Amino acid sequence: MTVSDIVKSFGLKIRAGKNRLDEEVRGGYTGDLLSDVLAHSRKGSIWVTIQTHPNIVAVATMKELAGIILTGGREPDSETLRKAEEEGMPILVSSLLAFELTGKLYQMGISGMG
Amino acid sequence: MRPRALVNRAKARGLDMIAICDHNSAENTAAFISAGDAGGLKVLPGMEVTSKEEIHLIALFDAQENCAALQNLIYQNLPGENVEEVFGPQTVVNEKDETVGVNRRMLIGATLLPFEEIVSVIHSLEGVAIASHIDRQAFSLVGQLGFIPEGIPLDGLEISPRTSKQEAKNRFHSYQHYSFVWFSDAHCLEDIGKSTTPFLLKETTSKEVKMALHGEEGRRVMEA
Repeated sequence: MTVSDIVKSFGLKIRAGKNRLDEEVRGGYTGDLLSDVLAHSRKGSIWVTIQTHPNIVAVATMKELAGIILTGGREPDSETLRKAEEEGMPILVSSLLAFELTGKLYQMGISGMG
Repeated sequence: MRPRALVNRAKARGLDMIAICDHNSAENTAAFISAGDAGGLKVLPGMEVTSKEEIHLIALFDAQENCAALQNLIYQNLPGENVEEVFGPQTVVNEKDETVGVNRRMLIGATLLPFEEIVSVIHSLEGVAIASHIDRQAFSLVGQLGFIPEGIPLDGLEISPRTSKQEAKNRFHSYQHYSFVWFSDAHCLEDIGKSTTPFLLKETTSKEVKMALHGEEGRRVMEA
């Protein structure tokens, strides 16, 4: 499953990184403490979060994540968008809340085990 | 930022006292204090600590040894290594503005210490504990917890330059038993003096600042 498949399934809005949506999604991580995501997320995972500030791009880049989905209709900060475009990091927006989005991703076959 | 340029800029902006509060580290404080002594500006050693809950806390001290003791505790509880490609090099400078080293720890990361414990340690080291930029969403006490738990012995709450005094009074009216302060949180020279807090003190020390934050013995935070 690619990031693009997820975008289509959930009707996600694409805010950055539209050139990297064909990457394979290898797993998922849901979390809002950057230290936690840094410690436990795995390369190629899609990250579900409510954090909109620019440090999320640094974390996602460092961990080579497939992309970031902001939940509850949250929009990335302008500086976040700028950094995401620089890094080519997909930032997507979902109107769903984290629990529901994560559950549905899991049901689609995206595992937390990476 | 380099010590001499920073001291010159702070003086040009009319500041009487500043504090050096690098993230999770105080290795640069001595150089800036020296530059301040030479340039006629009071510089306090300090730190901005990131708690386990990713809350930022400002610590201010008078004695460099006390600040160094906090740094030791932080270093024992700070996992990870800096990634220079992403966050840039973490340079250590001397009072002659020369780079003397690089800090390899992940200073931008979170410590393993709960924020209440950090407040407690700061106080045991005779420091001042102020919750950073509570008006911001990211890395703030109110942002992370949604509220300020009862009975936390913080000395003050910092409001960022983004929020005016009136807005802060409205938004945080239930926390007005704490003193509010405004600091620049300058990460570059241009930002120095962007936001300041006038204090009525007997002398420029962190001990006096703490008294002012608690309205003790005539010291106080003044209305701007």
